[in-house]
Formats: sequence, structure tokens, C-alpha cells
Amino acid sequence: MDNKQDKQQDNAQDRQGGQQDPQPQSDARPVLEGPDIARALTRIAHEIVERAKGADDVVLLGIPTRGVFLAQRLAAKLEQITERKIPVGSLDITMYRDDLRMHPPRALARTDIPGDGIDGKLVVLVDDVLFSGRTIRAALDALNDIGRPRAVQLAVLVDRGHRELPIRADYVGKNLPTSLRETVKVQLAEEDGRDTVLLGAKRTAPGAQH
Amino acid sequence: MQRHLISAADLTRDDAVLILDTAEEMARVADRPIKKLPTLRGRTVVNLFFEDSTRTRISFEAAEKRLSADVINFSAKGSSVSKGESLKDTAQTLEAMGVDAVVIRHGASGAPYRLANSGWIDAAVINAGDGTHQHPTQALLDAFTMRRRLVGRDAGIGQDLAGKRITIVGDILHSRVARSNVDLLHTLGAHVTLVAPPTLVPVGVGTWPCEVSYDLDSTLPKSDAVMMLRVQRERMNAAFFPTEREYARRYGLDGDRMARMPEHAIVMHPGPMVRGMEITAEVADSERCTVVEQVANGVSIRMAVLYLLLGGNEPAGSHTRTEEK
Amino acid sequence: MSKVLIRGAKVLGGAPQDVLIDGAQIEAVGSGLSAEGAEVVEADGKVLLPGLVDLHTHLREPGREDSETVLTGTRAAASGGYTAVFAMANTFPVADTAGVVEQVYRLGRQHGYCDVQPIGAVTVGLEGRKLAELGAMHESAAGVTVFSDDGKCVDDAVIMRRALEYVKAFGGVVAQHAQEPRLTEGAQMNEGVVSAELGLGGWPAVAEESIIARDVLLAEHVGSRVHICHLSTAGSVEIVRWAKSRGIDVTAEVTPHHLLLTDELVRTYNPVYKVNPPLRTERDVYALREALADGTIDIVATDHAPHPHEDKDCEWAAAAMGMVGLETALSVVQETMVETGLLDWAQVAERMSFQPARIGRANGHGRPVSAGEPANLTLVDTAYRGSVDPAGFASRSRNTPYEGRELPGRVTHTWLRGKATLVDGKLT
Repeated sequence: MDNKQDKQQDNAQDRQGGQQDPQPQSDARPVLEGPDIARALTRIAHEIVERAKGADDVVLLGIPTRGVFLAQRLAAKLEQITERKIPVGSLDITMYRDDLRMHPPRALARTDIPGDGIDGKLVVLVDDVLFSGRTIRAALDALNDIGRPRAVQLAVLVDRGHRELPIRADYVGKNLPTSLRETVKVQLAEEDGRDTVLLGAKRTAPGAQH
Repeated sequence: MQRHLISAADLTRDDAVLILDTAEEMARVADRPIKKLPTLRGRTVVNLFFEDSTRTRISFEAAEKRLSADVINFSAKGSSVSKGESLKDTAQTLEAMGVDAVVIRHGASGAPYRLANSGWIDAAVINAGDGTHQHPTQALLDAFTMRRRLVGRDAGIGQDLAGKRITIVGDILHSRVARSNVDLLHTLGAHVTLVAPPTLVPVGVGTWPCEVSYDLDSTLPKSDAVMMLRVQRERMNAAFFPTEREYARRYGLDGDRMARMPEHAIVMHPGPMVRGMEITAEVADSERCTVVEQVANGVSIRMAVLYLLLGGNEPAGSHTRTEEK
Repeated sequence: MSKVLIRGAKVLGGAPQDVLIDGAQIEAVGSGLSAEGAEVVEADGKVLLPGLVDLHTHLREPGREDSETVLTGTRAAASGGYTAVFAMANTFPVADTAGVVEQVYRLGRQHGYCDVQPIGAVTVGLEGRKLAELGAMHESAAGVTVFSDDGKCVDDAVIMRRALEYVKAFGGVVAQHAQEPRLTEGAQMNEGVVSAELGLGGWPAVAEESIIARDVLLAEHVGSRVHICHLSTAGSVEIVRWAKSRGIDVTAEVTPHHLLLTDELVRTYNPVYKVNPPLRTERDVYALREALADGTIDIVATDHAPHPHEDKDCEWAAAAMGMVGLETALSVVQETMVETGLLDWAQVAERMSFQPARIGRANGHGRPVSAGEPANLTLVDTAYRGSVDPAGFASRSRNTPYEGRELPGRVTHTWLRGKATLVDGKLT
């Protein structure tokens, strides 16, 4: 799952490309489309129920921005399967990042913990891309300040490899072996207007291609 | 945002809304079992107070500690300052200790501006009140309180105070709170009216982005928020008004007057209140009075300011808002 | 002392002429004067003025020698083209006795850069309660004729009336620092739009104007003359204009900084702009220029007020009031009055030499540039332009508001009774 810094860089590059390049995504190709994403989430939901033995005490916490939408979709699927209300919330990790000093401060996203809290619960963190693992490390720190779950698991839509910390996902939508020179971008209807996962080439130094 | 926070007038609308939005997230930390964030770990913040102000000092201190900053409190009393050491020497001493930010309260208008602009130090400077000039974090916490009450806690996110009618009553002449609020509220789109006896309105107020009235009663029904300022008793001796009784009668807020305010309107006060002077106990203790909320909101606002000035490798920029979108 | 021939100088800004100095006097003024036996100074179109006279200087000695001494102050004066300065009485001890004024007078003569004419205090210790021994100071070797409590206002109307009356006996004049004290308690800057925003205590124009109005009426009533120090507001100009139209014997001065700077500069909170009376508004600046041009204001006086660095390198409220001015005065006048077409050089000579000497009765100063007159002269390179560098000041203090500002004109030579005190911009 990518760490936020890389997300930021990717986004920045996308925006830059958007300004400079008439076809910003011309070199990015979809590796997952809407139906693939839906199937992956359904599978993950079933895995959660199976491994959590009915998911009685599951709390889903999405990591903003796209992890929150994925968590909400997962919750809906879990509710279909279990016919019970599944607590879902969001966990902003900005203030726990280890690269704060490398960028200007960023706007905070919402941390929203479901009413019953997380003490003694099985928390499933949900994010879009797992990359270096630093985001998840920050999320674990943030959780620590909020309560004491029975266990913490991790669900991601895409695992692109290149871990920098001893972290692994419990539920993976798609393993996507990538090069460090590639970018992975998840687009979700709630935020981007459509569901897709794009694999593209990382731009080198800004302006170098022009 | 600029590197320092000296005056509310230095903030753009987007800066101010970003601070209010950030403060809203910071406020949620107070509801957690562990009211602490690791964000400013390893950063040193000095609270440099040349003027007594326990309330403001502990508010900043709480904010700094919740963000895990190392906090040094420097009070001018009993220090070398009282032995004649200058602001410059004090500042350079702190600089030599490797301070990242200085929160300064000073009796002289402009002292924080001098500290930030004289090349004495490199640290970020946050004005915690200077003379009769500015008190920007007070204005921010006031705006935060207004936005929560008048727009809504969640509905307010990303919003300013456009169209809100704010009345500020009392000693405008000597009030840094009034100056900061006029600047910030105007930036946020609110309509400000100052109400005071003419003796307590500064010459030159005509260029301020607000209206001035000498009549409280006619202003109250047109107010969404009424902010009462403290009136110091010693002003009476300088002939700013004849007696406390006359001041309270003409410019104090009592229950009858509060009843003339619109139902949704709130009563604010930066504290400390002089009950029986500018505000009666009945009003001060009413549901509509936000004075206690303002104190709590002060910590959130100061956390937001500290995070946005010190949290990264440079102050938050206007691009900060759109980064995630 | 040998002869000096100043060749091709525009005397008072007129056509180029030669001026021959012999000893302490001007020997001849004309064209094609013989250089025989004389050192020649090629003026090359520079303007020759009578030595400038400053009616309002603070030399700080005795008492505050860390900011200025008679020596450093008179060297600064010579650098600025002055041959006589009137030294204000607010020293420590106060110049309120014959002893102190004689000391200051003698120090000036000893150093030989510029004549120092002490001003005596009007009241003992500048306290405004009891008249100082004005007659004794007048009769002393210093021959004091100007009396002032400058820095403080003689605010008691009876004391002011008595002083105005008393000095008539020996042709003295009281120079009033017009500042109503109650209206200016805690005052930090001009009261107006900027003070309201900055939250600095206001120094209202009316505090100056009300005292001037009172004093011109007192002068009329007792038939004495009165001089108004550093007039700073448009309203003060109106009052003085009215008084003169009534025939009241009033004279007035304006400082160079009040002709150029406004209170907008205070927004920097840099105490180098802190001065008393404070910098006013643009409207006041234009009224002062106009009044200096039409003669309502008689003279330019520097109010040269040296302060050590630490008294300015601090927060505004803690800073001392005042600016140095001797070394930049003529440049500021050229910028604000000459280059704007308000004054020609002959009128500048009138306002910076002839009139101040006349008001202060400075014998031998403020004389025409003609044969037989004392050779007190100033040569100005009016074509010069350069930015002000306080490091080059002769004054012991550096508290100039003009640091880095480009100003026109430079004094290259000053002669005090035929002796060069400044040559090619360097003190002798």
C-alpha cells in the first residue's frame, strides 16, 4: 500500500501532467475496472467473515481519502452477508506521519470512530494501495492513542510490493507486481467519478519530458 | 500562510478557513482517551510572556503539549528581563537554545512584529497579544466559536462567516481583541458593528472595515453574536466615562437587553469578565453565553495554528486545502 | 591663514563666480579673480551657500556622551555644511545656569569645527515650575539669547507669559516645544488612522496646535517675540499664518524629516521613525512644504537628536524619540523643496542660514556672501545622488530614518571663518 508521500507525489505529478500534457493518463493503463473492484471487495468481505468467525466484533476503519470509501463498500457487503450493522469509520493518519518535516503541513482529514469505540474489537484497517507500509505504521500509532483493539487486520485493494517496514496485508484485492518507476492510482466513483486502478509510468524530474 | 502569525490582518480568507477546519479536527482529539498527538515531537516552543496572562499561557501550553512539543515557559517576572535585559537579548538567548517557535505576549504594541522582523531570531513568532494592537489567536477562536454556533459544527467545514452580523461592545480603544476581530471577521465575510461610548473608540476608526454605533439597544436586534469586552475600572479615572453605574446602564448587557437579541444569537466574552460592569451574572451564566466554550476552543485553535506553522518543513500554503482533492 | 580661491561657484545658486577668502574674511567676489598666492578650490558649478545655521541641535554633552559629544556633534555639523549650531538645554545637568552654558560654548570654540551657541533652559531643570536665571545665562560668556525647555513644553501659561516678558529686557526669545502634556500622555505616534490600527498611543495634532495658539496670543499680549520649534501639522501652519497676518512677532521652524516622512512608516514598528513631535500625515507634509515656501515657516532646523543603538534596537514603546539630522538636512531640503521647485538656492540660504542666525542673534553667521563678510561658507555638489550610509556619519549616533534612501546633494566643503572644516567631503 502506498504511503501518503508517494500518493502526494503521484497526485502532484498527475496535476502537473494535467496542466502540461493534454493527455495526462495517456501512458497509464487500467489494470482493474469497476466489476473487478466489486468482485475483489466481495471476496474480501467473505474472507473477513470467514476468518473473523462471523465478524461479530469487526470495526472497519478506512484511511482517508479512498480507504474510507472502500471501508464503506466493504461494510455494505458485510451487512449483506451477516445481516447485521457493521460499524465503519475513518482514521486520519496525517498527524502520525513520519515524513511531516519533508513537506508543508497538509489539511487534516476526518477521524471518525464508531460510537462503541474500538476497545476489545477486531479492527480492520482499509486502504486503497499498500506500498512502503509507512501509512499503516502511522495508522497503528494512531489506533494506539484511540484504544486497545482485540486485534488489528489490514485490507487493501492493491498490494504493489516494495515494503519498507515489516507489514503485510491480511486481505488483498489484487497483488500487482510493479516497478518503482511505475505509479499505481486508484480511482473510485465517490471521489473520482469512476472505479478503476491505473498503472502508469512515473514521470522523471518535472519538465524533463518537455 | 506567512511564517509568523502577528496580525489577524495577515490571514487570507483561505488561511483562516483552513485554520478553523484544522481546529475542528483538533477538537476531536480532546474527546479521545489519549489527548495527545506526536506531530511536534522534537520541536521546541517557548512561551515568552512579558505580561501576566495565565489563561492565554495555559491555553498555548495545553496546545503545545497535546502536539508533543517541548515547552519552555519564560515569564518576564523574576527573570533577567526585570533586571533590564532587553527583548533583543532575551530573544537571542532563546535562539541560541535552538527554539523553533516563540509564542510572545508583550505589553508593547508591535513587539512581536519587531521580534519577527528585526533579524534577532529565526524562529517562527506567534503573537499571543501585544499591547493594544493584535491578539490573532483570540480572534480565530472567536470566529471558530461563531462558526460552530451560527453555521454548525459539521456544516461549517470549509465555510466562512459570510453575512453574519457581529456586534463588539466595550473598550474598543484599548482592545487588541477588537482590532483582531474586526480584521478577521471582515476577512471571513461577516458584518461587524462596534458599540462603545465615543471616548473608547479610536480616532481613525473610520477606515476600519466595520460600522460604529454609540447605541447598544438599536444594534442588539440586528446581531447574530454580541461580543462583550472587558472594561477596566481604571478607565473611569481617566474620564473615559463618568461612573461604573452609568457605563453598565448604557453599555452593559443584562437580561432585558439579551432578550432583545434574536433567539439564535449568542453572547461572547474573551474573559476575564467583570460581572456587574459590562455583563450581568444572569447573562454570563446563561445558555447563550459561550465564554466557557471559547476557552476550550482556544486550545483547538492554538493546536491548529501550531500544526500549520510548525508541522511541516514550511508553513501551510494555500495549496494545502486542495492537496487531497 | 593663507588665501583660498573658490573658482566657478554658483553663489546662492546664481551665475558662476569666484570667491576669494583671505584669512577669516571674504576678500572679494567676482569673475576672473587672481589665484595668486591662493589655494584653489575648483567649484565647477557647485552651489556656494553661507554657512548653515541650525537653531535646534541636541549635542548631549554634558551627560549623554555615549550618544554625542560637542566634538562629534560639531564634526557632524561641519559635514552637513553648518558653521553654527544652537545646542538645546536638555543635557545632564540641564543647561539652566551660566556655568553649564559656558562649558558647552567653550567646548565648541575649542574644537573649532562649528560654533556652538548654547540655548538656556526656560525653567530650572526643565521642570516648568520656576524660571531659570535667564539673565545670568545671557550675560555669561555664552551670551545666551534663545531659551527653551525643548523636549518638554512650557505648559504653564503663567510661566510662559513671564518668560516671554522677561527676555524682552535683553532681546531674547523663547523657543517653545509645543506639546500639551495631558493630551499626549502615553503618546507614541501621530493620532490618526495608523495609530488606530497599530494600537499605539496617539499624539494628536491638537496637542501642538492648542499650545501654539495660546503662545502666539500671549506673545501678542505682552509684546514679545516667540519662536515655535519643529512645527509639524497643517493646523499649526494655519495658526502661525494667522498670527503673522495680525503682526504678532512669531517665527517658526520645521525639521527636514517632517518635510519628507509620514506616519505610514510607523507600520514597520521600527523605532528609527519614532520622533517627537511624531511623523504626521501626507497632508501635513505638503502643508509644511508650502508654508516653508511662502515664508509662514521661517526656517529649517534639524532637531538633531542622537541616540545610542540600544535605545532604538528594541520594541517601539521602549525606544527613545528622535533622529539625527545634521548630516542629511540639506539633502532632504534639496529633495523636498528645491527639486520640487518650491525654493531656489537663495531661498534655501534664507531659511537655513540668514533667518536662523537672525532669530538666534548669532553674530557673524548668516551673512551675505560678499566682500568683507566672515568667511563662513558651504559648497554643495547639488548634482550628486547617493544613498545614505550611516556608517559614514561623523555623529556618534546612527539613528537616521534615511538609511539606504537615495537623496540628492552632498556638501563637499565647509569653511568656518576661513578655516576649512570639510574638504572634498572629508573632515579636516
